[in-house]
Amino acid sequence: MSAASPALSVDTLTTEIRSRGTWYQAVRAVSFQVHARETVALVGESGCGKSLTALSIMGLLPLGVGRIAGGAIALDGEAVSGRSDAQMEKIRGNRIGMVFQEPMTSLNPVLSVGFQIAEPLIYHRGLSRRAAEARAIELMHLVRIPSAAERVGAYPHQFSGGMRQRVMIALALACAPKVLIADEPTTALDVTIQAQVLALIAGLQKSADLAVLLITHNLGVVASVADRVLVMYGGDVVESAAVRDLFARPTHPYTSALLAAMPRADRSSAVIAPIPGQVPTLADMPAGCRFQSRCPLREERCAQRPSLTAIDAAGTHQVRCWVRGGASS
Amino acid sequence: MSAATTVGPARVSTWTRARGNPAIIAGSIICLILVIMALFAPWIAPYDPNKQMLGPQLADPSRAHWLGLDSFGRDVFSRIIWGARISLWVGVVATVMAMIAGSAIGIVAGYFGGAIDRVISGVTDILLSFPQLVMGLLLVAVLGASIGNIILAIAITAVPAFIRLARGSTLAMRERDFIDAGRALGFSDMRIMFAHVAPNILDEIIVMGSLWLATAIRTESTLAFIGLGVPPPTATWGGIIREGFEYLNDNYLLAVFPSLAILITMIGLNLIGDGLRDATDPRAPQ
Repeated sequence: MSAASPALSVDTLTTEIRSRGTWYQAVRAVSFQVHARETVALVGESGCGKSLTALSIMGLLPLGVGRIAGGAIALDGEAVSGRSDAQMEKIRGNRIGMVFQEPMTSLNPVLSVGFQIAEPLIYHRGLSRRAAEARAIELMHLVRIPSAAERVGAYPHQFSGGMRQRVMIALALACAPKVLIADEPTTALDVTIQAQVLALIAGLQKSADLAVLLITHNLGVVASVADRVLVMYGGDVVESAAVRDLFARPTHPYTSALLAAMPRADRSSAVIAPIPGQVPTLADMPAGCRFQSRCPLREERCAQRPSLTAIDAAGTHQVRCWVRGGASS
Repeated sequence: MSAATTVGPARVSTWTRARGNPAIIAGSIICLILVIMALFAPWIAPYDPNKQMLGPQLADPSRAHWLGLDSFGRDVFSRIIWGARISLWVGVVATVMAMIAGSAIGIVAGYFGGAIDRVISGVTDILLSFPQLVMGLLLVAVLGASIGNIILAIAITAVPAFIRLARGSTLAMRERDFIDAGRALGFSDMRIMFAHVAPNILDEIIVMGSLWLATAIRTESTLAFIGLGVPPPTATWGGIIREGFEYLNDNYLLAVFPSLAILITMIGLNLIGDGLRDATDPRAPQ
């Protein structure tokens, strides 16, 4: 619990999911740390394990379908993995806030917005209803919802998508958690609203010393807000770097391919290079490097699983690749 | 509310729509009259329902006795007004009990699914396969005919329908994102089921309740008619019909008037129920 403990630390987390009676590793030995005021982004295609990593941290893996097979998760130096569901209920919403992709459907349509923001305060912090609703108005101010005092009794359908995402952020931050997990928080929003929501999260992060774990497939979002990036493919972290290094020197073939596939204002759309093939299903994942079936640089040794190896002197830029990473064994 | 108002489905307008619905207005007026009759029976009824008059048995309606006298010389109008008490009380209490118990069980089954759901749904299906009246008959025969047992029996016959409704609605609700959001906020299953799912399915349960209220009142009357109701001399609509049935050749009106009372009640409740269903149905024309 020292000051140096990261707000969120994930150590060799392995999560399995069950498909047709067999358990497959969908997250393989993922490790990272998020410190206060830092934003770490998990990037990858659908099914790469980024959302499962978030659910594992929250203790929300669907029962009988997902399970944590190994590794440790710690909040502020205190281990939380392996706790019972009842113990996790005290952590979720209280010490970790989570913002979801779909603001249009993530709020209860029949309860007023003010009550929904107040509810975690009543539930986790034992505030009276009156005090919690007063705090809800403050939180609505904090996330810049105009005329909060008048709108505290309004229902979700009376809010636009961007406003609802602000409500979701207010909800997630109601109990002043130190960690915020944002799972595709801007995917469902217009581009202009995306920028506002990201700026809002960044502002709140500074004022509340939040550690933010941002889950996204949008590299543009990553470039604008993240400090560190973990690129995931098939449950493996294939590249981990400071955001500047990743964009300056994308090293893993998958990272390069992702960047080449990203539409950019400074180049013609004809240059966009889609990644050939599809992500194999978990049952069809190749042994060894999981990207080998789609990799242009594939070699014989890719049949063995490469390890995550530092490619710079500081050891902060790590790559899981035989060819590009120069890993020995 | 200035900017960014009213997008998406207008959920709050259910009651606005219900208010202007002519069927609901007509039904409400009928039911309101019945409720006033039941509540203020001692003041409204012109005679003691059990007092035997000195007039002729089975007398035709007259100015003194608007709906005539029964075989014991009791005033039929007063008996029907007092009968409303029993019918409405039994119907309302039984339906509310069934609504609460059935919805709670149904929400639990739908929310947890798996083995819990299979057991609850299996038992529900078995109960639903009995005709309602047969089931009520069985229960009253076993428990004995008292007002409490009749309420219980009718409530038990109505519970499966509410279980099935609440389970189905909860299954649909469980897939909604706000349920996951609630879990991510650390809410317990109990809280999610009863503070988040329940208010969302309340509309449907109330509509179903208003329709089942009619069924419950009809069941009570039927039980009374076949002699398993609240025992005489207490005035019940079914009981009066039964007496009238025995004197059908002498004075058929004795059976007709309480039947009309039941008919009017059924019409009133069904008008409300159907009106509410239309008002809550998003596919219905506005």
